[in-house]
Parts: sequence; structure tokens; C-alpha cells
Amino acid sequence: MPEQAPLRDTERAPRKPQLVCPAGSLRALTLAVDAGADAVYLGLKDATNARNFAGLNFDLGQAREGIAHAHARGAHVLMALNTFADAREPERWWRAVDHAAALGADALICADVAVLAYAHRKHPQLRLHLSVQASATTYEAIEFYRERYAIQRAVLPRVLTLSQVGHLLRHSSVEIEVFGFGSLCVMVEGRCALSSYATGQSPNTAGVCSPASAVRWEEGPQGVDARLNGVLIDVYAPHEPRGYPTLCKGRFEVEGRRDYAIEEPTSLNTLAVLPELMRLGVAAIKIEGRQRSPAYVEQVTRVWRAAIDHCASQPGRFSVRPEWTATLGRFAEGQQHTLGAYDRPWR
Amino acid sequence: MTPRQQAPRLSLTVGPVLYYWPRNSLVAFYADIADSPADTVVLGEVVCSRRHEMKPDDWLDLARDLRSAGKEVVLASQALLESEAELRATRRLAAQDDFLVEAGDASALRALAGRPFVLGPHINIYSHPALREYAQLGAVRWVAPVELSLESLALINPPGALAVETECFGFGRLPLAFSARCFTARHYRLSKDECAFRCIEHPDGLLLSSTEGEPFLALNGIQSLSAAQHCLLGDGPALRAAGVTRLRLSPCAQGFGQVLDCFDRVLNRGEPLAPALETLDALALPGGLVNGYAHRRPGLEWSQRTDHAEAAL
Repeated sequence: MPEQAPLRDTERAPRKPQLVCPAGSLRALTLAVDAGADAVYLGLKDATNARNFAGLNFDLGQAREGIAHAHARGAHVLMALNTFADAREPERWWRAVDHAAALGADALICADVAVLAYAHRKHPQLRLHLSVQASATTYEAIEFYRERYAIQRAVLPRVLTLSQVGHLLRHSSVEIEVFGFGSLCVMVEGRCALSSYATGQSPNTAGVCSPASAVRWEEGPQGVDARLNGVLIDVYAPHEPRGYPTLCKGRFEVEGRRDYAIEEPTSLNTLAVLPELMRLGVAAIKIEGRQRSPAYVEQVTRVWRAAIDHCASQPGRFSVRPEWTATLGRFAEGQQHTLGAYDRPWR
Repeated sequence: MTPRQQAPRLSLTVGPVLYYWPRNSLVAFYADIADSPADTVVLGEVVCSRRHEMKPDDWLDLARDLRSAGKEVVLASQALLESEAELRATRRLAAQDDFLVEAGDASALRALAGRPFVLGPHINIYSHPALREYAQLGAVRWVAPVELSLESLALINPPGALAVETECFGFGRLPLAFSARCFTARHYRLSKDECAFRCIEHPDGLLLSSTEGEPFLALNGIQSLSAAQHCLLGDGPALRAAGVTRLRLSPCAQGFGQVLDCFDRVLNRGEPLAPALETLDALALPGGLVNGYAHRRPGLEWSQRTDHAEAAL
């Protein structure tokens, strides 16, 4: 087969991106829609979505109710079906696809080619978005999924710089969604097995990372030990604030130095580069946090709604308002913000 | 003849060198591989395109040398691509048809569609329908994601269902994650763009231990690996039962020749397990041996129950 030519460089028009907000519960969905989300994303109560936590997500009745609420207010509902179908029971994923279609979801967010193939074949009218869990970091990878499964949007992993995002956008023929705010996954989504290495369960296999069932808090000689299936993830001094022991955000020793060797507990916040993202033609901005409280969802949605509207009306005069930063800061992990890979210091 | 000697050969694949080794070390390493019991050798830089001890043409020269020595050679594409230059390198690999190419991600798949290729371990295949999708594209072999159990491998590729061979990660530090961030550069307080290539100082990665000194992970640029050696040396019967025909052994800087010999002796020549396991356990790397993933357990666990399975044969 001859080498495939690279895609043509195309100019994208600046656009007002959709604000896509997390809904871990019906309450969160309602608040997000009422606070101005253009779309919400949700998952069913099982391992078919990548936030498979106890007490979260939707049964079919709640999903129906949530979709009705959103549609009545002109908002879209995207169904996250973004884990990989388990070899022992792939039918569970096909059923979830059928449910999404029957419920009238506006799009499916998928990562698994088996799920994409099933949805594309059985429900060709249903929009498909490529989940961040598919690890598509180039326009060639995105094109692979478009050619085979007719995806209409791709969510980018949080590993690219702004200029790389721009390059990808210029060569890509599908809509591009990027993360705007939320807990920062420092690993490429869909490419991380650290959690299953320590606990047996990972985002790809079970929709969970560092699952709560594997966490143990113990009084140790230096303070409180946080263990994940026996592995000491962090030790907190008696009065030190304690974070959730997510594996990659613990403190470890490398060459005799104890530190956050992989990543500090911090949140991604891209408000500062919003005008640039809009100029590049990003179609949607995603807020992370289906596992967070309805209050988080409401407040973060309000800030981003205001920011996007402000930026769209006066792109040349956009500045981040201190009250936005203050609100987002209250909800950021460890009260810290970062531009993550969008920023040069990571390079 | 014992039943184990009648078992079909488990081909031994030398995985790509995941670390940044000086050119002379690589050349010496592959000279040894040429004379080893390895069946297949996977060549190429799969972790970081900044590493430049070997140029693309150097890899091709090495590939031809190894082929002359009787080895099957596979050229691997990089696992995480971010730039146009990395895409160009992937397209170049896909454009040659002297050697089979192992796809590191979906960018390579687009260029390889319609010709035979290998699916690398970082392409997410967790069910039979997913593997079937890639088989239709031209995949002739898949290297299973490391976190899958042998039970899942058997369900994903039941023997005879597809014309695809199953290769399983059988030895070495497990490649567990990729990041936008270079952890080696970060450790030395350097930026990724000006990393000074410090990973060349750590031929098996940079050890990361828990606060109580327990080896846990190894940092290798943007990649995170297990500190422990994944080791399926005792799982020969279970591997064969799961339809695995090839085992991937991931290079370490010291003693890799012994690793290859141990696997060949135990899995293909019916020699006893215990002394070979002792040899592997005595290799200089910290972290010990693990095999949890194969048995649907956390990856960092080690179970000896395979010894009992062997005794029962």
C-alpha cells in the first residue's frame, strides 16, 4: 500500500466553543444546565464509563429525566461509554450503546474500536465523539477513527502544547474538544496502567484509578500513612492537609530525595489561554469532574459560561477576572492551578 | 520424550530497548542478540524522539545485520506522538516494506492499513471484537496490553479464530504509563526541551521507591515502568493454553543474555524452573519478580502457584 499523504493544512475560523460540563448525578446535571452548560456528559452506573465510582452516575430512569431536562433547555447530553469492553462480557457495552440511542443521547463518547464499530453499525445516525481515553494525540490518529467509524469530534489528551493543538486543528477535519478545567491527569489517558499495577483495577479495565476500596489510612511513626493496596503512597505530618492518595500524586523517593516525583496535587486551568483556544477554532471546552460535588459543577460552569461569553463578544479585550480565578481556586485540587502541557515550563 | 518437550516452541521476542543507551552499548547488545536463542528482535526508539544516538538509517543497518544472523526483525514506531516530525518518522517506517512494522499508536495504523503489521502493546485491545477490527485492517500479530490476564488473552484471541498471533509481555520492567511530562528531566529540575539527555545515565531507568524504601516504579523520560521484573517463566503451560505463541522479553542493561537462556531452557527445552528463577532473581535490578497481571491480580504481586502447576504435569 502506498504511503498515505499527510492531510492538507486548512484554516479554521475562530468559533465560540461549546461548554461541556460534568454530570455525576441528576442534581449536578440540572445545576450545570441551569448555570449555562451547552452540553453535559454523563455515564451509566457500571464499568462502561471511566468514572465508575460508588454513588455516582445514572440509572436509566435518571438518565431519561436528565436528558429531558437538558433538551427542554436546549442543552445537549453526551453519554460517556469510554472504557474498553471487557473480554468476558462485551455485550454489556453494546447494551449501553443501545440504551444511549434509545434514550436520545446527542452523542456517545467512546474510546474502544469495538464500541465505536458497534455504535457506527447499529446506530449510524448517532454522533460519535472520540474519548480522551483513546489517546489520539495526532491528526493522523484522529483521521484513522474518522475514516473507520465516522467520529465527528475528538477530545484531546492533556499532553499537547498550544502550538501543537493548533497544528493538529489545522490538519484535522473533525471537531476538536480540549480540557479547560479540572483535576489534572499527568499521564496520557488510556495509556496508564499504574492503578492496575498497584490495585488490579485501572481506568481501562474498570473505569477507576486508585480505587477507594484499596485505600488504607494508618497511624505510622512519622504521621498518617496513606496506602494503596499496601504501597505507601504518602505520609502526612500530623497537621498536614491530606489529599486523596491518587497514585501519581503521592510522594516518593528518587535518588534519596522525597518529593512529588510524578506530579503535585494540582488542577488544570486554561482560562488564561481561552482567547487563543477560540482563535484556533476549538469546538468545545470540557470541564472535568463527574466525581465532584454538584456545587463544584454549578460554580465552575458559571465561571466558564461568563468567560466564554465575554471572550466571544470581545476577543481582543479578554482578561481573566480575579473573581473567576478565586472561584476556580476554591475548587482546585490542593488550591493550585497549572496550564499543564499547554505551557512552556513542561517542555 | 516428556510432554513438555513436545509442546510447540514459544517464540522469544526481544522487545525494543526502552531506555536511552549509548550507541556502543546498543551495538554490543545486539551483537550478543545475534548469537542468542531469540527468534524475533524489535528495533527502534519507542519512547522519546529527542534521543538521537541511533539515526533511522542506523536502525535499518542493524535490522539487516540481525536478519542476516537469522532473526526476524520488526521495526517499532513511537508510542506517543506529539509533533509533525514524529509523524514523519512514523510515515517513513510505514513506507518501507523490507521489515514488519509494529504500530505504537493509531497514527501508525492509518499509514499501515492494508498491509501486514504488528499491534504494539500500547494499542488498547481488550475484547475479541476489538482485535477483529484490527485484523480486518491487516494486523497479523498483537502484543497484548500488559494489564490483561492470560484468561482474557484466551478470550480475546481464541486459538484459530483469527489469523493473528498472540504475543505476551513475558519478562522485564513493565511499561505502565506515558506522560506529557519528562520525569527524568523534572527530577533534575530541567525542562523537557533542555533535558541534557540525562536519561542516558540510567540504563534501566531511575528508581522510584516508597517513603519506606520499597522499590515501586522506574522513571524513563516520559515513561513509567514497574521497578519489579514481570516474569512469566513459570507460566509456560498457562501461556500455551491461552493461545500465546510468542513471549516478549524486555531488555535490561545487565544479564539479558542469561534471561534469554533461562526462558529458552525452561520453556522450550524442558529444563527445571527453580534454578532458572534463582538466576533471574539474582539479576542486579532492584524490585524482585512479579507476575500478578497474568493471573488477574494486581500487577505487582508474585505468585508461585505456577510451580505447583508445573509439578502437576
